[in-house]
Amino acid sequence: MKTLAERTAAQRPNVALTALLSLAPLAVGVIAAFLLQAVLAPAVGPFYAKLVLDVGIAILLSVSLNIVNGFAGQFSLGHGGFMLVGGYTAAYLTYYGSIALWGTAEIHGGFMEGGDIFFMVACVVGGIVAALAGLLVGLPSLRLRGDYLAIVTLGFGEIMRVVIQRTGDVLPVAEAKQKGMLGSLTNVGGSLGFTDVPQYVSPTPWLEKTGHAGIFFTYIFVAICVVVAFRLKASSNGRALLAVRENEVAAEAMGVVTARAKVTAFVMAAFFAGIAGGLFGHQSTLSPSELGFQKSIDIVIMVVLGGMGSISGAVLAAIVLTLLPEALRNFSQYRMIIYALSLIAIMIARPQGLFGTKEIWETTWWRRLFGRRTKAEAP
Amino acid sequence: MTIFLQTFVNALALGSLYGLIALGYTLVYGVLRFINFAHSDIFMIGAWISFTFTGWLGWSTGAPAYALPVILVLAMGFCALLAVAIEQIAYKPLRKAPRLNVLITAIGVSLFLQNTGVLKQVFGTQPQRMPSLVNDHVMFTLAGVGVQFVDVLVVLLAGALMLLLQWMVFRTRLGRAMRAVSFDERTASLMGINVNQVISITFGIGSALAAAAGLLYALKYGSLKQSADATWVLLGLKAFVAAVIGGIGNVRGAVAGGVLIGFLEMYGAAYLSPHLKDVYVFVVLIGVLLVKPSGLFGKAVVEKV
Amino acid sequence: MNFSGWTNRSVQTWLLTAVASATAVAAVSCNKMGGDKNKSQNGSNAVGSNAPAKAETGPILIGHYASMTGPEATFGQSTDNGVRLALEERNAKGGIKGRKVEIKTLDTASKASEGKTVVTRLINEDHVVALLGEVASKISLEGGKVAQQFGVPMISPSSTNAKVTELGNMISRVCFIDGFQGYVMAKFAKGDLKFDKVAILYDQAAPYSKGLAEDFTAAYTEMGGAIATKQEYTAGDVDVAAQLGNIKTSGAQAVYLPGYYTDVGNIVRQARKQGVTVPFLGGDGWDSSKLTEIGGDAIEGSYYSNHYSFEEQRSEVQDFVAKYKAKFGQVPDGLAALGYDAARVMFDAMERAPSLSGNDLAATIAATKDFPGVTGKITLDAKRDAIKQAVVLQIKAGKPAYVTSVAPKGMDVVMPATGSGSAAATPAPGAGSAEPPTGGAAPAAEPTPAAATPVMRGASQDKTEPAKKSAGKGDKADPDDGGE
Repeated sequence: MKTLAERTAAQRPNVALTALLSLAPLAVGVIAAFLLQAVLAPAVGPFYAKLVLDVGIAILLSVSLNIVNGFAGQFSLGHGGFMLVGGYTAAYLTYYGSIALWGTAEIHGGFMEGGDIFFMVACVVGGIVAALAGLLVGLPSLRLRGDYLAIVTLGFGEIMRVVIQRTGDVLPVAEAKQKGMLGSLTNVGGSLGFTDVPQYVSPTPWLEKTGHAGIFFTYIFVAICVVVAFRLKASSNGRALLAVRENEVAAEAMGVVTARAKVTAFVMAAFFAGIAGGLFGHQSTLSPSELGFQKSIDIVIMVVLGGMGSISGAVLAAIVLTLLPEALRNFSQYRMIIYALSLIAIMIARPQGLFGTKEIWETTWWRRLFGRRTKAEAP
Repeated sequence: MTIFLQTFVNALALGSLYGLIALGYTLVYGVLRFINFAHSDIFMIGAWISFTFTGWLGWSTGAPAYALPVILVLAMGFCALLAVAIEQIAYKPLRKAPRLNVLITAIGVSLFLQNTGVLKQVFGTQPQRMPSLVNDHVMFTLAGVGVQFVDVLVVLLAGALMLLLQWMVFRTRLGRAMRAVSFDERTASLMGINVNQVISITFGIGSALAAAAGLLYALKYGSLKQSADATWVLLGLKAFVAAVIGGIGNVRGAVAGGVLIGFLEMYGAAYLSPHLKDVYVFVVLIGVLLVKPSGLFGKAVVEKV
Repeated sequence: MNFSGWTNRSVQTWLLTAVASATAVAAVSCNKMGGDKNKSQNGSNAVGSNAPAKAETGPILIGHYASMTGPEATFGQSTDNGVRLALEERNAKGGIKGRKVEIKTLDTASKASEGKTVVTRLINEDHVVALLGEVASKISLEGGKVAQQFGVPMISPSSTNAKVTELGNMISRVCFIDGFQGYVMAKFAKGDLKFDKVAILYDQAAPYSKGLAEDFTAAYTEMGGAIATKQEYTAGDVDVAAQLGNIKTSGAQAVYLPGYYTDVGNIVRQARKQGVTVPFLGGDGWDSSKLTEIGGDAIEGSYYSNHYSFEEQRSEVQDFVAKYKAKFGQVPDGLAALGYDAARVMFDAMERAPSLSGNDLAATIAATKDFPGVTGKITLDAKRDAIKQAVVLQIKAGKPAYVTSVAPKGMDVVMPATGSGSAAATPAPGAGSAEPPTGGAAPAAEPTPAAATPVMRGASQDKTEPAKKSAGKGDKADPDDGGE
């Protein structure tokens, strides 16, 4: 007979192994990102590679918004605003930072050299600044619920848009050097958008000088975001969020600190939205008019379509809703009408979204198609 | 002093328009508890359809004295019917669905209306000038400020419609039914009220008011931008803010909120900086919500388990 | 059971094959990229320059990216109409080098980020040999980057921001840039109208408006004028009373309002209501029949700079207006004319170019000289910007009437052939009130041409020799005028 202590020790999982195993999905994600960049992108050509890139950014946005809208049930219309904050922070850092460090705003170094690392760090910093903004906006959610919160987040996004529209032109290199980084804080392009940001995120083929590996970088962040979302959903914190969504009073009665849960959700979502903004800003021109109210709504639609709380649903909806307008581009006059009508139709036909709270592999039709395997071995 | 008075006239007119649109938001929120995002598009259609009717009736160049009431009734009727149709098709199947779904549907309806409006066969993408249906002259001059007939008309007509609504909500059977549905839908239906009918009528009334606002807007500002333009959305958004500040679901609050937003915007623009006027509106909104989440005139609702 | 077993195994095999082939592809593509890299290092400007060397007999495909939907839809649609008209004409004349021309228009939905996607699609999926587009500078900047990268020549019809053609040798434009237009109005306000104090009201959210406001300020203050006040609005603003109030009290002699016609009419009407009586000055964004329709009496007497005047008797202008009205049932605006010119400059360069490869075509476009466009004689300078003289028009009786021409710095003014060959090169200070030049020599049947008359006139010009002669005479008179 072993002692109780021994028995529990045997039960306790090996820390190192667990840590390693928990990193496995991330490793898979990185490999997948690498394959997308190295194999898929050259094979499908620049246009489809660009779409793969756009899809990646859309996934990042919809999966992160799913944390607030889907898990915590807090209706946020400010995701475009967080994207704006993160994107401008990151773009400001790489543009003026590159000038301060290397004296030029061109792409610096090769794959995973100075410039790439710097850009990735800038994106993360952008995410952190956006997260702080999320904290700022999340605090009112202590008092507000539902629609009101939506309005506050919407107001936040609109304020950010107006403020950025009022900034000055981007300084050319020589002037930027003279003024230094702090001196150029308000020169982020105004309404023309933040032009001339080094385009680290570009769909152009692998390892070329212009834009090293945009797809690779984007999907690394996508992998991190998706893994975090899954972990969160399975964790006690995630359950707390779901409880808040279902019934806030009951959740509070069960010992969930609802205020903290909601703010945490906000901060996490804003962080990834900020990163998405950073990636967007390095592959296209950030412009305040594009990342406003309309963008926020686009992302909300992805989350609702995929099913509130379904991560794989959010991913799928992001893919579909990025590719659908592209497929309809030839009917330019009618594409938004078709888009609007299908939105209404889906909401009426499937109010819970395509997958509800379930993941794709938890749905009955998936089980019917692929799910017999494990059961087949049993009898 | 001149600037102050001039701003006062402009702010009152703009505030009345916001108030009229805000009433629609508040009415719908009262009975259905959701933000009707398509409301600003009904307002847009109200303006455009007034323009279209004026053209059809051949009043583009000169209009008889009875033109204004005719167009007003036509536009209000058209938008009321349109809204009831939208409600029947898009919102009614979602009565039992989560509110977020209805919201998304409303966004879908909004996108649909905007993008149908820009089609060549409908309103087109070119901006149009609304013919002046009334003889627009300076009525009286007050301390150097010429007060125009249109400004007076906007304020008076908006005020009259608001009073009419007030009377209807608080003095008629229909109004009592609306308040009952707003208070408790289930109980109301147990009391023999046809809830679906009341909701449809409420939609229609709110949209008719938006159409009136659209016509007044067209008369006051003269030019109509294409239906997918940000102008309409932003106007609608600010009217919605007005409804929230006044306490959404509260009829008097919506009017007060509208006038407040109008004054805030115009005086902020005149005395502080005209570029940040949207910022004032949203900052005040956030401030109000933080201090009194139910709005200035709203009642705090205690959540029951 | 069997079935699932089969699936399992097959999935495994499939995966194995996939991984194997993936590795192979990766290896190959890495090699290929290495090769490309070398090539691009050798090649001086464009990365690929890999314009598709397709069969030389099929139709030539040109891509047009434009805002067909969204807030700027009306600009994109006008431009596309102009482009389509040019295309129809060209194909009726037998196309280019014996091949038919096709134009594929894709919508950017007025969004800069879509510009990149659309241009990538046009180049890589539709394999266009050249591009036309966009109206908005911020979208042209995005699309231009891609065009430059893939070595596909692009002509922007109406992006006036200086940065656009700085993207590289593939990008050119047929319009003048903001700097010149700001200078034109500044010169006219200071020199001809003798105004010393002008207020500015511009759309702070529109780069076009902002750019013009800045360039006007720079030029005007350099000439010794003073800016009374600088006010801003946003296109979505319905009420600009506060800004107008400030302008009224500033004592300005005129207001420079470099916006789009979609806003200008409304703003000017509000201004008149508020007692701002001074004339308004504007840029080519005003050019549309909607301007006077919306502005009505309020806009009377205001001036704006433009590329051309409807009253010009040049056959290009009259033909274009007539054809456009016949086809689309409306008077063309400035953007339609620029779209038409951009397409025609492109066709012309394609005809002249030794081959349709990116570098050849871009070089030929850049060498465009004295092309007789609707919007004036188009010559591209070293920066591939069009050097044209601008005209200043005044709204009179609901129609833009020609007032004067302003040439770029260092160039002489060439009076357009509006008929009166004896007109002085630099008009008298009171030019505004002078008789519109139409009343001069040529077909003086109608002193103020009604909206419908250009059709007639254009048609008659096609047939009758005398009218053409008079246009020719006007042209001949040019050098003399310029020499003054």
